[in-house]
Amino acid sequence: MVLPVTGGADNESCLMRLLLPPIVIYALRRLLQAVPVIILIMIGTFLLLKLAPGDTVDALVGDMGGADAEFIARLRQEYGLDQPIYVQLWVYMTKLATFDFGWSFVYEQPVSTVLWDRLGTTLLLMATSLSLAFSIGIALGAIAARRAYSLTDNVISTLGLVFYATPSFFLSLMMMLLFSVKLGWLPVGGIKTIAGFYTGWDHVWDVALHLVMPTAALSLIYLSFYLRLMRASVMEVAELDYVRTARAKGASETRLMVHHIMRNALLPVITLLGLQFSTVLGGSVVVETIFTLPGLGSLAYQSVVQRDMNTLMGIIFLCSIIVVVVNFLTDLLYARLDSRIELT
Amino acid sequence: MSGDTILEIAGLKVALPKGADRPLALDGLSLTVKSGEVVCLVGESGSGKSLTAGAVMRLLPEPHVHVSGGSIRFGGVDILAQTETQMKAIRGKEISMIFQEPMTALNPQKTVGWQIDEMLRLHMKAGRKERRAHAIEMLNRTHIPDPEGAYNAYPHQISGGQRQRVMIAMALSLSPRLIIADEPTTALDVTTQLQILKLIRDLQDEEGAGVLFITHDFGVVAEIADHVVVLRQGEMVESGPAAQVLNAPQHAYTKALIASVPDLKPPLPKVDTDAPVVLTGTHLMKTFKARGGFMAGKRKAVVAVKDLSFELRRGETLGVVGESGSGKTTVSRIVTRLLEADSGSVQVGDTDLLACSPSQLRKMRKHIQMVFQDPMASLNPRKRVVDLIAQGPIVHGEAPEKARARARDLLELVELSPAAANRFPHEFSGGQRQRIGIARALALEPSVIVADEPVSALDVSVQAQVLKLLAELRERMSLSLLFVTHDLRVAAQLCDRIIVMQKGEIVESGLTYEVFANPQHEYTRTLMTSIPGRDWTPPKETPL
Repeated sequence: MVLPVTGGADNESCLMRLLLPPIVIYALRRLLQAVPVIILIMIGTFLLLKLAPGDTVDALVGDMGGADAEFIARLRQEYGLDQPIYVQLWVYMTKLATFDFGWSFVYEQPVSTVLWDRLGTTLLLMATSLSLAFSIGIALGAIAARRAYSLTDNVISTLGLVFYATPSFFLSLMMMLLFSVKLGWLPVGGIKTIAGFYTGWDHVWDVALHLVMPTAALSLIYLSFYLRLMRASVMEVAELDYVRTARAKGASETRLMVHHIMRNALLPVITLLGLQFSTVLGGSVVVETIFTLPGLGSLAYQSVVQRDMNTLMGIIFLCSIIVVVVNFLTDLLYARLDSRIELT
Repeated sequence: MSGDTILEIAGLKVALPKGADRPLALDGLSLTVKSGEVVCLVGESGSGKSLTAGAVMRLLPEPHVHVSGGSIRFGGVDILAQTETQMKAIRGKEISMIFQEPMTALNPQKTVGWQIDEMLRLHMKAGRKERRAHAIEMLNRTHIPDPEGAYNAYPHQISGGQRQRVMIAMALSLSPRLIIADEPTTALDVTTQLQILKLIRDLQDEEGAGVLFITHDFGVVAEIADHVVVLRQGEMVESGPAAQVLNAPQHAYTKALIASVPDLKPPLPKVDTDAPVVLTGTHLMKTFKARGGFMAGKRKAVVAVKDLSFELRRGETLGVVGESGSGKTTVSRIVTRLLEADSGSVQVGDTDLLACSPSQLRKMRKHIQMVFQDPMASLNPRKRVVDLIAQGPIVHGEAPEKARARARDLLELVELSPAAANRFPHEFSGGQRQRIGIARALALEPSVIVADEPVSALDVSVQAQVLKLLAELRERMSLSLLFVTHDLRVAAQLCDRIIVMQKGEIVESGLTYEVFANPQHEYTRTLMTSIPGRDWTPPKETPL
């Protein structure tokens, strides 16, 4: 939690402050605060998933093309699915407390292994998409704001509107059609060329090529968010008194922009960035599925279809951890950018 | 002590964009500023005084607002003919500015030192160490406590008065020949205001610079001006030496404006000590405990009101005066129970307002009503005036038709035309909106009205009208007013008795006349001697 400064502390925390640097205490407290949040999320999703009709056994039996009732009952007993829900919940939560995510009956592997294999791809996709969207978005937004109502601004703003209005699945399909099918420049899907066996820089280049379209599909809509917000924010800050003060000092326009406007205008955009991280995770489900990327998003989709409860819960656990960590990092960044805020 | 002419403005015209309320923001302004002289540009809001500063600095929001005629000469240089690059060299170095809001005029993300250093870096060829020494020397000259510490502080870490000192240090750091001060003390408390005015005057004497001082406050003019120029709606109505304009104004507008300035000498009291007590506050306490979040650390508590007791009799006006942070607004909120007090009681008639249950409280609300400071923000912009006024009585069970008819009568009472009833708040000026606010408070026929700085957002002529209206209504309806204000001039004219507050405590209370004539407490005396223009008695004329 980021709170404005008021100062003052009781004896106990004074003592702690002597032993540890404030940032560590802050991080520890945030970690403590995150525990109940994550427990609640896990209990909530567990119960929600149990509300949905059908379980792992139904999905397995469906795949097998049917089985007799005795076999189904034995399978259920084996997986512990015949127990009352609160017992199942208790068992799951106690295992989770030791970071044991259980066994995936669909992949025949521990869930942690499944997740670990997929995590890298998703994080890579999200990190590239968001950093591209953020940097290009604020750059274009700032340019548009400085030339407000000119041709440049109109072109940028219209582009932003188009990106904003295009659904990512539609954009993905159209890009595939143009760049992969018609022009043949980019691969259709996957994370690497399967029979390529590239190593070193060739591998990196190969992965990068595969990520171009997914990144574009995922980032364009966020790019338009940041662009619009940054444009409005820069225009607002440019009117503020301290910018006028700097002008009255004889500062040039570039100097105004770099030292006085940008940093203040960035603050609301950073807030949005932190808030949207979780929605990007959601967006990656669609994009990963379309481009058949082996990431958490497509895994989540398949787990739902196959009622792979353990894997799904594992994904949700991982995602909540990611969101908590990102929120923490956003707060740190915010405190770094805004000198008025101190971490308490 | 005045010397060569520094700034010479002749026949200046500034055009406003089409669709503005008038075609020219400034129409034929002429003035000169000599070195060592303070020229005050006085006018009410919308008179174009700030645009004059913009025109001299060539910082008007062009092309919408631009100079359309006349000339500005600065030490022989034609300002209007300079290129942007030449202007950049003049701004800050030759002409510098001090702005009104010390809160917002400094970049919140940069240290004070960085911001002063920026000025030096732009215009001074010197090394980092030399610039730093110069900046600290400047801070020292503005008598800021701990200049080294202030150099490294962020603006939010120092007080409003100190921030204004930083602005002054920055503006004077390159010994400019002209300083434009745009309402530099309006946002400050009186005691700080006096210090800042003195500081500007002292530093100017040392440097010999010319000052163009923009203000709306005749008290400040009396304090600092050598020469006065009065603006009305962009037209220059009067210009002359300070003593002449202040004591023997020629133009009717100046006369009326000066007559609107409340006199510091309170009228003789006419307090009726037999009148029944309508409102009693006893041992009121309020501490703001800053709440920590979940598992977060505790923070320091602030005592806003400490053991405060008072009595208000029918037909009487009790002033609560003090500087910002004295707890006067908290008092008004506790008394109306918009804020819960920690302890104490507020007797309205026979009932203790603070002990009421929520439903009792709703019924009690009609006995005590508020008039707020900001007439812009305190009226719902989506409601028509008649509904705004009638809403209270309707909530308290009056028939809507009857309540609306009464609302129209009330509009007449506060001197607004009946046609105002069907319009929306944004269609009115600040003074008219405050009248609507008063009518809204009167609609419930309360026995007590609590007014929190009701006139401090208004121009002086409008302020005089609203004060006159309040005084008349008080006579006619034997209203009891709890009047919260920071302005001692206003308190002197309107209040029968006053309470002087400092840091949540009453330091002095008594009949206004006696307190003003013979203040007992040290703090009250400081307040009294800080009032700008306290030695000047405005000549009496009929106000606007």
